Amino acid sequence: MLYSEKVLDHFSNPRNVGELSDANGVGEVGNAVCGDIMKMYLKIENGMIQDVKFKTFGCGAAIATSSMATELIKGKSLEDALKLSNQAVITALDGLPPAKIHCSVLAEQAVRAALADYYRRQGIDPEPIVGKLEDDPHHCESCSSCANH
Amino acid sequence: MEKRFVYADHSATTPISKPVLNAMLPYLTEGYGNPSSIYSKGREAKKALESAREQVAEALHAKPSEIYFTSCGTESDNWAIKGAAAAGARKGKRHLITTNFEHHAVLHTMQMLEKEGFEVTYLPVDSQGLITAAQVREAIRPDTALVSIMYANNEIGTILPIPEIGAVCREARVPFHTDAVQAVGQVAIDVGVQQIDMLSLSGHKLNAPKGVGVLYLRSGLAIDTFMHGGAQERGRRAGTENLASIMGLAAAITIASFQIEERAARRTAMRDRLIDGILAQIPRCRLNGSREHRLPGSLNISFEGIEGESLLLLLDMKGICASSGSACTSGSLDPSHVLLAIGLPHEIAHGSLRLSLGDENTMEDVEYILEILPPIIERLRSMSPVWEKLMAEQRAQSVG
Repeated sequence: MLYSEKVLDHFSNPRNVGELSDANGVGEVGNAVCGDIMKMYLKIENGMIQDVKFKTFGCGAAIATSSMATELIKGKSLEDALKLSNQAVITALDGLPPAKIHCSVLAEQAVRAALADYYRRQGIDPEPIVGKLEDDPHHCESCSSCANH
Repeated sequence: MEKRFVYADHSATTPISKPVLNAMLPYLTEGYGNPSSIYSKGREAKKALESAREQVAEALHAKPSEIYFTSCGTESDNWAIKGAAAAGARKGKRHLITTNFEHHAVLHTMQMLEKEGFEVTYLPVDSQGLITAAQVREAIRPDTALVSIMYANNEIGTILPIPEIGAVCREARVPFHTDAVQAVGQVAIDVGVQQIDMLSLSGHKLNAPKGVGVLYLRSGLAIDTFMHGGAQERGRRAGTENLASIMGLAAAITIASFQIEERAARRTAMRDRLIDGILAQIPRCRLNGSREHRLPGSLNISFEGIEGESLLLLLDMKGICASSGSACTSGSLDPSHVLLAIGLPHEIAHGSLRLSLGDENTMEDVEYILEILPPIIERLRSMSPVWEKLMAEQRAQSVG
């Protein structure tokens, strides 16, 4: 498994780790059975991501993609945050091994889940804005453990 | 403590020791003759080859004519299983017995034979990572062609009751193969006393080089040939012998068997200090597999709330080489079949760590691991939402 220097940097010195006590949007995606869970905390004011923190259970790539996703949306507008794609996370990390692409999808989904929670708290239906969030957005099609549980 | 380099993954591979290298060097330089050649350089090579065969036979308490050199442990497993299955099938025997926590060299070979119409019984190991001879006895049928059960497990280090299984198989007149790749050099093996018909071993697990293995095949037992070609190995395993590596393997197995008790005692002391130290210092972790029936140098511990690959990466940054049964390190999204076989839930199997010790490790290495590991676990747990939930549950329980 060859990780880029950037992945190793974000893994060993993750940015924005922790929780936000005054978060107004919190999302959690993944599944411990499959080996990764990401939890994203957003503090949104005046349509801007004022602060963001994350907690992740998972491999090196799961931690690095969470960290990079928080960096890419911190201080950005809600519109920009909604545009975050897993490809942008991969590019910013100078690539990911093929087996780890699903981690970047999970990071994108964690941001979306937190944004959806924010809209819900505002009394706004998130689906037209954030899109439909799957119950379990983890890409598990090749993982028999999910099929068995 | 200053940063050290600690290689604690001897179940994966071992360094070539100095005496082993010295035994090999002449055959990488002037001793390049082909043992099948008639002239003196070939005859010298042949003589060396036969002396190596005697050394391996002595270490296993076998006859030299029962020792066949192969390219690796996986080839030995493939030969033994496919060869015995084919020989059995000709007598109408198409049933095979193994366990559900074998190395993939055995497990995938069995699965391939299932596709060819063989029926395989996978004996389930218990929560301690053990099976009993009684389980084997109950599984044997009139059409059983082979029993193949590993000597010691490569991931959790448990040692199976091989002499008892050997007795059951001998009584039922069913050939018994054991994959002893992890055991050879760590525990004393006597193929006669233990009633083993076939045994696989690998050079690189006992300080010899990669690319050389052995199949012990009891005389009188007929199995089909696996490698077809020239007349090497008494016509039963073709291919020019990898003489330098064979000389290395012979030196390594001789050294290991002469010092087997001291080596085991030294490794056991380090292993036990690690197990006790980790279990005492780190909450919510467990030793995987029986503590008693265990290889001297091997331990496997699961830590709740963390994932194994990130643990390995952080250990590596501190100079410690180890391995894990997490999905991310198994190359699939499923954690190790061994950890699932002993009944670990997926989420706990993902957080496993295997440490396997060898000759060059010292108590200082052990103390270094015990110093480095707890803060790494704490750090990963502090950023883990799974750990957060476990702690919330624990608080709720203590209040309730």
